[in-house]
Amino acid sequence: MEEIIYWNIQTEKIIMKNFIVSILLIAITSLLLQLYLPWWIIAVTAFAVALFIKQNSFMAFLSGFIAIFLLWTVYAFILSSANENILVVKVADLMKALTKGSPAILYLITGSVGGLVGGFGGLTGSIARKLK
Amino acid sequence: MKYFKLFLSLSITLALIVALNSKIGQIPPFGKFLNPFTGFWQNAENVKTWKDEEANLDGLKEEVKVYFDDRLVPHIFAKNDEDLYYMQGYITAKFRLWQMEVQTHNAAGRVSEVAGEKALESDRLQRRIGMQYGAEAAQEYIAKDPESKKLIDAYCKGVNAYIKNLNPKDYPLEYKLLDYSPEEWQPIKVALLLKNMANMLSVYEYDIENTNFIAKFGEENFRKLYPDYWAGDDPIVPIGTKYETPNTKHETTAKLETRNQKPETYANALQKPDEINGSNNWAVSGSKTKSGKPILCNDPHLQLSLPSIWYEMHLVSPTMNVYGATLPGSPAVIIGFNDSISWGVTNAGRDVRDWYKLKFKDDSKNEYEYNGAWLKTEKREEHYKVRGGKEYIETVLYTRFGPVVFDENFGVAENKKFLAMRWTAHLPSNEFKTFYLLNQGKNYTDYTNALKTYTCPAQNFVFASRSGDVAIKEQGLFPIRNKATEQGKFLSDGTTSKDEWTDFIPADVNPLSVNPERGFVSSANQHPTDSTYPYYYPGVGVYEQFRNRSINKILADGKEIDVEFMKKMQNDNYNLFAQEVLPVMLSCLDMSQINSAFKPAIEKMRTWDYYDNPDSKAAVYFEEWWSTLRDWLWDEMLDPNNPMKRPNQVVTIQLLQTDSTSEFYDIKATRQKENRNETVTYSFQLAMQNIMAKYHHPDSVTDWGTHKATRIAHLGKQEAFSSLNVYNGGNIGIINATNATHGPSWRMIVDEGSMKAFVVYPGGQSGNPGSKFYDNMVSTWARGEYFETNFTHPGDELRWKKLFTGTYKPKK
Repeated sequence: MEEIIYWNIQTEKIIMKNFIVSILLIAITSLLLQLYLPWWIIAVTAFAVALFIKQNSFMAFLSGFIAIFLLWTVYAFILSSANENILVVKVADLMKALTKGSPAILYLITGSVGGLVGGFGGLTGSIARKLK
Repeated sequence: MKYFKLFLSLSITLALIVALNSKIGQIPPFGKFLNPFTGFWQNAENVKTWKDEEANLDGLKEEVKVYFDDRLVPHIFAKNDEDLYYMQGYITAKFRLWQMEVQTHNAAGRVSEVAGEKALESDRLQRRIGMQYGAEAAQEYIAKDPESKKLIDAYCKGVNAYIKNLNPKDYPLEYKLLDYSPEEWQPIKVALLLKNMANMLSVYEYDIENTNFIAKFGEENFRKLYPDYWAGDDPIVPIGTKYETPNTKHETTAKLETRNQKPETYANALQKPDEINGSNNWAVSGSKTKSGKPILCNDPHLQLSLPSIWYEMHLVSPTMNVYGATLPGSPAVIIGFNDSISWGVTNAGRDVRDWYKLKFKDDSKNEYEYNGAWLKTEKREEHYKVRGGKEYIETVLYTRFGPVVFDENFGVAENKKFLAMRWTAHLPSNEFKTFYLLNQGKNYTDYTNALKTYTCPAQNFVFASRSGDVAIKEQGLFPIRNKATEQGKFLSDGTTSKDEWTDFIPADVNPLSVNPERGFVSSANQHPTDSTYPYYYPGVGVYEQFRNRSINKILADGKEIDVEFMKKMQNDNYNLFAQEVLPVMLSCLDMSQINSAFKPAIEKMRTWDYYDNPDSKAAVYFEEWWSTLRDWLWDEMLDPNNPMKRPNQVVTIQLLQTDSTSEFYDIKATRQKENRNETVTYSFQLAMQNIMAKYHHPDSVTDWGTHKATRIAHLGKQEAFSSLNVYNGGNIGIINATNATHGPSWRMIVDEGSMKAFVVYPGGQSGNPGSKFYDNMVSTWARGEYFETNFTHPGDELRWKKLFTGTYKPKK
């Protein structure tokens, strides 16, 4: 009984470790590659990371989503802060059908758009991994 | 199963990427647009850090230094003129690229390439009035002048050097929003920009409108309501100036004859620009100024936009040291000053566009009748590469009377009413040369020499020199018109040479005033001359009647004039029109009919000082009442099937004063027949009801500045990138001619005594909505304040604050 619990804890640790490593790897590689390549390269990085790091499909999706969501929103936030938010307010207004004029919602949409693509990239990678 | 899952997941991923990478309808490609690495976030310009810039540029001859001051005005120091214009192009592109391109796409009828189907009709109009055709003629002509060609080519090279080095992540925001890329900047675009100005400014003719009016209301009414001249007018060249009789060579040969216009109406006429389009300029001699040297002022009134139509620059080379407003996309300074002279422009408004009704031999339209013979039409195929749709192709016919704008393929289809348009904007010309020479001008002789060849759009060029001269000249190419037949006032017969242009008025007899006795020169789009000017020009409904008199009165009374005086004057909100019309309107009111709740409004207007100041409430009552009255009084001319021009304000006042029963008082929308007092009273009631509906109670009416709510709209019609509800005063007919959408697009005061200049415009130096320099001058402009320019002489130490410096070297 104790062994099983120990085993479970160990497994959860590994799952957590893989999850966090995946997020970091996807975020960092995406950051570097996006300096030179089109935005959708994020799907490729999430795919590649999921191919090499073992995770179940759900976690692979989640790590792709979170990695890109964070990368995009944090970078957008840095750019916008240096801009004293002049532009984010205007673009939120421009897209008010979606954002209701709120910059916060614009960040959320920005992160989610990237997150979804990263997530599906990760999901596809994890499925492909199972075929090996 | 596993393979199916993989296939499904992969498909979703790819579909997502494709969807987010494409523009769908009006929606930008979300992935491209929202990602912070290449999307719109990249246009969020850092507000604090400005880095010095260094670049090696292909085609530059020597090193050029560019210093940006604290308003982001570039001061370009080059060692030769080619490098100067190269860098003017490069720097302008850096801050205004999208604007440059969208304006030339608009002129060329190419907006549908970007915006799709919805822009096709307006594109077709541009092609059919020959904008591209005229630009091609101008470009060909310019190419024959090696110096002009060299300098314009240098400008284009500069723009292209910027475009070539431009990373997609740094594209102006609008390219990302509409998902397209900038194209190469060719010399034709410089010509197109000028045609764009011509299409804004040289279109003041009412041939078809006048013809329609006569057909519907008869010649007698026309004479009464559309006079060429009127009492009390104050032309640019002072009344009483003697003109030389033209030498016989230029006299028209046609004999006096009655116009043989058949009373026929026409459904098609081109839409005319906003009535408020116009400008003020004036220059005061040293005899009237504190410093004893001239002061020159100019404020062109145009549609207000962001980015602004003007871009402020300081250009220095061994041949010139010039500062002022440039037109993004075109080399040289358009309105400005240098170390010796200053100049400014207002629109001449002369009729330089005539319509001719043609007769074709048969439906093939291969031949048209001319003096009893058949002439061949030229056919020009126009291609429209409509985005997201099929290419649209049409043939536009060209004749000796210009392009056939309206036929069965365009406008309201009318049987056999083929209308061709002759326009000076189609003639070969080189306006760049005028500005190039003005930019280097040293004195009055240089000024007249520079103006000589200027063709279109005709302008009133005001001038002042450090050596003490002031002058104003109306310059453009004007057809010699037959006064006896009032040629050009009505639709002309295109089957004969009778109404054809034969020659043009020589530049040296264009209206001119130099150092007049009264100590100042001025223009505000009024008549250039009184009726003794030996060349006939139609004066129907285009010439200003109020701003000119307000300006001349202030300047005539002015003594010890200084820059502060001029600042106040350019922002003067006195409504001379209201002063003349309101007492008449009030006297026509039937007080027994007036709702007692509206009586305080009448009291407010009675005690009004006639200033359309932003905090005035009386101005709100007056302006609303007048516009309602005008719509009802001249409702006969608001016939959508037969376009007509409404009579001008002076005529309106006269009618109200002298005629109480004219048929025009009748309100067409009602069954009974109204007289003057009834229409005036009803219009007051309606105006007050409208104000009530908006503000709930006439006493709670807001002030003029808030009510007028001037908007400076984004060129791409994005409200989020516009400046809305700008609080200021003024209106049409007032020196500060700012209404809800138009106004002084550039205010400039140059003091030749101290060589100091003061400028402001309702915008900012950057075209990027994400820059703090996008609209930073709007509030200063609205308050009527100015910035002193950082004009320096070569070799001077640059003492002002520099935001950053650019050093550009030739590429090895």
